[in-house]
Amino acid sequence: MTDKNQIMKQKYPIEAGNFTLAGEASGQIKKVLKQLGVDSNIVRRVTVAAYEAEMNMVIHSVGGNLTLQVTPDRITVIAEDRGPGIPDIDLAMQEGYSTAPEMARELGFGAGMGLPNIKRCADILNVHSKMGEGTLLEAHFDIKAR
Amino acid sequence: MEKYYHSVTLDKEKCRGCTNCIKRCPTEAIRVRDGKARIIGERCIDCGECIRVCPYHAKVALTDPLDSIYEFPYRIALPAPTLYGQFKNTDITAILIGLKELGFDDVFEVARGADYVSAFVKEAMKDKERKKPAISSACPAIVRLIQVRFPELIDNIINIESPMEIAARLAKKEFSRKKGVKEEDIGAFFITPCAAKMTSIRNPIGIERSWVDGAISILEIYGPLYNKIANLKNDEDLLQTASPYGILWANSGGESSSLGVDNYLAVDGIQNVIRVLEEIEDDKLTDLEFFEGLACSGGCVGGPLVFENGFVAKNRIRKLAEKAKGEDLSTEEVMYTKEKIQWYFEKEILPKPVMKLDDDITLAMKKMEAIERIYEGLPGLDCGSCGSPSCRTHAEDIVRGYASEMDCVFKLREKVKELAQQMIEISEKIPGGKTNNNE
Ligand SMILES: Nc1ncnc2c1ncn2[C@@H]1O[C@H](COP(=O)(O)OP(=O)(O)OP(=O)(O)O)[C@@H](O)[C@H]1O
Ligand code: SF4
Ligand code: SF4
Ligand SMILES: [Mg+2]
Repeated sequence: MTDKNQIMKQKYPIEAGNFTLAGEASGQIKKVLKQLGVDSNIVRRVTVAAYEAEMNMVIHSVGGNLTLQVTPDRITVIAEDRGPGIPDIDLAMQEGYSTAPEMARELGFGAGMGLPNIKRCADILNVHSKMGEGTLLEAHFDIKAR
Repeated sequence: MEKYYHSVTLDKEKCRGCTNCIKRCPTEAIRVRDGKARIIGERCIDCGECIRVCPYHAKVALTDPLDSIYEFPYRIALPAPTLYGQFKNTDITAILIGLKELGFDDVFEVARGADYVSAFVKEAMKDKERKKPAISSACPAIVRLIQVRFPELIDNIINIESPMEIAARLAKKEFSRKKGVKEEDIGAFFITPCAAKMTSIRNPIGIERSWVDGAISILEIYGPLYNKIANLKNDEDLLQTASPYGILWANSGGESSSLGVDNYLAVDGIQNVIRVLEEIEDDKLTDLEFFEGLACSGGCVGGPLVFENGFVAKNRIRKLAEKAKGEDLSTEEVMYTKEKIQWYFEKEILPKPVMKLDDDITLAMKKMEAIERIYEGLPGLDCGSCGSPSCRTHAEDIVRGYASEMDCVFKLREKVKELAQQMIEISEKIPGGKTNNNE
């Protein structure tokens, strides 16, 4: 009866520099996962990762999409933006590294903890980036068999 | 049959099905069906929002009548500190004596119970292993909100009994020892500002059975008590024992300031509390040590069953606390009490995942997709005329099998139009002559 190939996708457009809407997409993701009955600890980790990815797109990119993908045994958060790209991913992944503009720092962002935080929360994290084209971040979470 | 006792109930006669209440409910627990509101028992947290918002007073809180105290040979009143803020120019002692004149043999201040709870919480906060932030368990509506909407935060809740329970236990023990009567013969009655506490007496959280025997609403006792206070005959030298800190528990922030923690947040009003709990759940408030969330605006002074304007009462409480005579508890008193009574939760607080669509994630996913599909077709006005709080919840209700698409007036109109069109088409197909027999 359980269909392992079943897949559910929800896509949320993210606007660069818009702090009014910032956090709304990850908030929606949290709500959806709670309704799906996903274990609350996983919901928490996915939400934290989705929020950090969303904020990075708002602050550092020119805009993109945040996508939630759910299968019966895996949750994936995909953040795909249209630029400018990350020149050195290894450097960006380091704790404390940030190029956040002054405006974002005044709001309390820019500690350089976002990407490390995503890595800590996710079971698998892939980041690809091409300067001038954009960044693709994929965070995977296993739904353990209950 | 009724698995879920709730103090908050509907007076069906008075309800007009206006849908005002369904949108304000923080757990989306109300629907209007067949022109009347209906509360979904599993979801209701007894916060009392709907009592405040209903223009026709159709939402009521069931509490015990004052007469019910006579079911016990001996009776003790447990006044919530909120009661102190209800009367103009009246000191606490007068209120306590007034209660005794109403038929109680003794009074035990719940504010004194709060003094004990503060001491217990203070100590518990020293535990380095404890999940941060520690979340106050003072407001039962918030504890139930966490069970329903924030199960991940259950372990943060401080597993210590409420001031009301501590007060009831100490009061009964003390009275039974002093008067040499059996504890079973003593009835302890909470004078309550809210429905949430009433529910906690019948259906407690974290314990098997409450020690409190009933709750009388402040609204009900206000009139008779006012008369007693206005004509006080007795000027007995009754001891007011609660400390200023205990009394301030009636106001939002009262518990927090009694703990001496640096990094705390005290938030009142259930929607505000929800916003902060979301942030705590998302790990956004990392250096927070203590969180006090109270469902009512201003704290218990803003409870749904109080008489006085909450802002006025808050100010009175502050002034009364300044003059309060009760002293802080000594370390010995705290230790002795811990040995004497059950002061922490003996039962685990369990999540109540009523928001989830299905136990099986594959089915839940299918349902979620069906919800999205139906939602797309709804007008998105969130008007409430279908009886669900929003178009989104209406789509959920359809998928859960509790509503039909035609409950939406706009969908119905579309359908009627479509049917009318079909009727015209059919009538045009019917050969003439046979349609009219009169010719
Ligand atoms: N989507 C993105 N596009 C371009 N650059 C990015 C993107 N995401 C992250 N970066 C770069 O990587 C750096 C590190 O990101 P990270 O999220 O770890 O920290 P931060 O956003 O600067 O601060 P914090 O997340 O703690 O508020 C950023 O300062 C930025 O230079
Ligand atoms: S607010 Fe709710 S309970 Fe009151 S009349 Fe309207 S539908 Fe009925
Ligand atoms: S804030 Fe106080 S009065 Fe209001 S529901 Fe909570 S405990 Fe009851
Ligand atoms: Mg970041």
